[in-house]
Amino acid sequence: MKSIAQIVCEHPFFEGLDTEFCDLMCGCARNVRFNAGEYLFHQGDDADYLYLVRHGQVALELAVPGKAPVRFQTLHDGDVVGISWILPPYHWACDARAIGLTRAIAMDAHCLRNKCDQDPALGYAVLNRLLPILAGRLHATQMQILDVYGAPEGPAG
Amino acid sequence: MTSTDFWLPEPVRVLRRQQELETTWTLELEPGKAGGRPCIPGQFNMLYMFGVGEVPISISGDTSLAESLVHTIRAVGPVSRQLAALQPMATVGLRGPFGVGWPMAAAEGSDLLLVAGGLGLAPLRPAIYHVLNNRERYGRVLLLYGTRSPEDILFHDQLEEWSKLPDFEVHITVDHAGSDWQGKVGVVPALVPTLAFDPEDTVAMVCGPEVMMRFTASALRGAGVEDDAIFLSMERNMKCALGHCGHCQFGATFICKDGPVLSFDRVRGLLSLKEF
Ligand SMILES: Cc1cc2nc3c(=O)[nH]c(=O)nc-3n(C[C@H](O)[C@H](O)[C@H](O)COP(=O)(O)OP(=O)(O)OC[C@H]3O[C@@H](n4cnc5c(N)ncnc54)[C@H](O)[C@@H]3O)c2cc1C
Ligand code: FES
Repeated sequence: MKSIAQIVCEHPFFEGLDTEFCDLMCGCARNVRFNAGEYLFHQGDDADYLYLVRHGQVALELAVPGKAPVRFQTLHDGDVVGISWILPPYHWACDARAIGLTRAIAMDAHCLRNKCDQDPALGYAVLNRLLPILAGRLHATQMQILDVYGAPEGPAG
Repeated sequence: MTSTDFWLPEPVRVLRRQQELETTWTLELEPGKAGGRPCIPGQFNMLYMFGVGEVPISISGDTSLAESLVHTIRAVGPVSRQLAALQPMATVGLRGPFGVGWPMAAAEGSDLLLVAGGLGLAPLRPAIYHVLNNRERYGRVLLLYGTRSPEDILFHDQLEEWSKLPDFEVHITVDHAGSDWQGKVGVVPALVPTLAFDPEDTVAMVCGPEVMMRFTASALRGAGVEDDAIFLSMERNMKCALGHCGHCQFGATFICKDGPVLSFDRVRGLLSLKEF
């Protein structure tokens, strides 16, 4: 069986990170599992973890007043769930729910933030990994807002 | 046949009509003279609603079958609404086929990465039929399909059938969904980095809204696919479809006769140009 250090250091998010840094980060990590339908977190709650998905599928959803929640992204093996832990005021911006059995590494956000604050080189390395994810999700959201496949307005047929 | 045939719409009858989505119908037309001309995946016909107007519509059926011409039409405006509403036995004007299609011959021996967005699956469907009719000539097929919501998935049953075929992977993603949807949610270009494929031995064919194609081409380049192995089907407004009126001009290219399928190295610098 793989040690948690091995799992963390082999996860795509930490790929290429200095072994020394990686080992340091492992102190913040523990294995978690979520059954289908279980929430990883709820919108507005404290963003206390960063999740590295090992296997499974997690849906990000937004509550819409008076409507059913809207699922706007799913994340899969090798993805990172949760960016809000790095951005004050450290509150989740959406709900995250496991669609199928999901195994992940949960990294304690307080522990991560402390280590990044104490060692700017580590903080920079972590931000370097988070920013492309954030930018990618921003671009995806822009495309979704453009509604590029949208049926034109007005009745058809 | 003289070259003037291409100027003159030929009246042909609708043989069958099938609703695909809320605003989208597939029409099977009598092949007419156009049916006697060999057409290739990726080409389009000009369909004329007499007295209303004429619009380009891609062939969405199996081009090896001569008994009918199949088109899938989304009702968006005056012409397409009336076309999509046509009942069997009604008459429509037909000119074509026009344009350069998908590079099916050049892609032989390679793996295929087909990326479709929304109605863009319709012009790619003939390429899929062609591969299935000539399976030994192509390697693995990966079909990525992105659309607005689970209710907007075009050719749903066929996608399911294809996904069961050997060496044929289908990945579907939608822009947003309710919590009962068990599949992927997100934009289609984001699927590209998650795939295991050999970029040097892959020909990519992409069809969808231009924004989607731009992001997809960029994801494909990021994954190592060369610009001249990425093909996009450009949709720009047409009038003559014969390279005369200039309506479809895109830089030095006329989409109607040089396209609609063009390699990314030809269109890269032009993709941000707006249509007038
Ligand atoms: C090479 C080529 C192949 C095409 N293949 C197909 C096809 O297989 N099936 C198909 O349904 N259409 C296809 N189109 C698009 C089709 O030609 C247009 O939808 C059609 O010209 C619209 O004409 P209209 O008179 O009905 O609407 P218009 O009055 O021209 O447009 C009505 C409204 O719809 C918008 N609109 C126009 N076209 C589109 C579009 N494609 N998507 C979203 N909104 C649009 C316009 O901006 C306008 O707001 C193709 C276009 C080209 C150039
Ligand atoms: S439509 Fe006339 S030149 Fe292309």
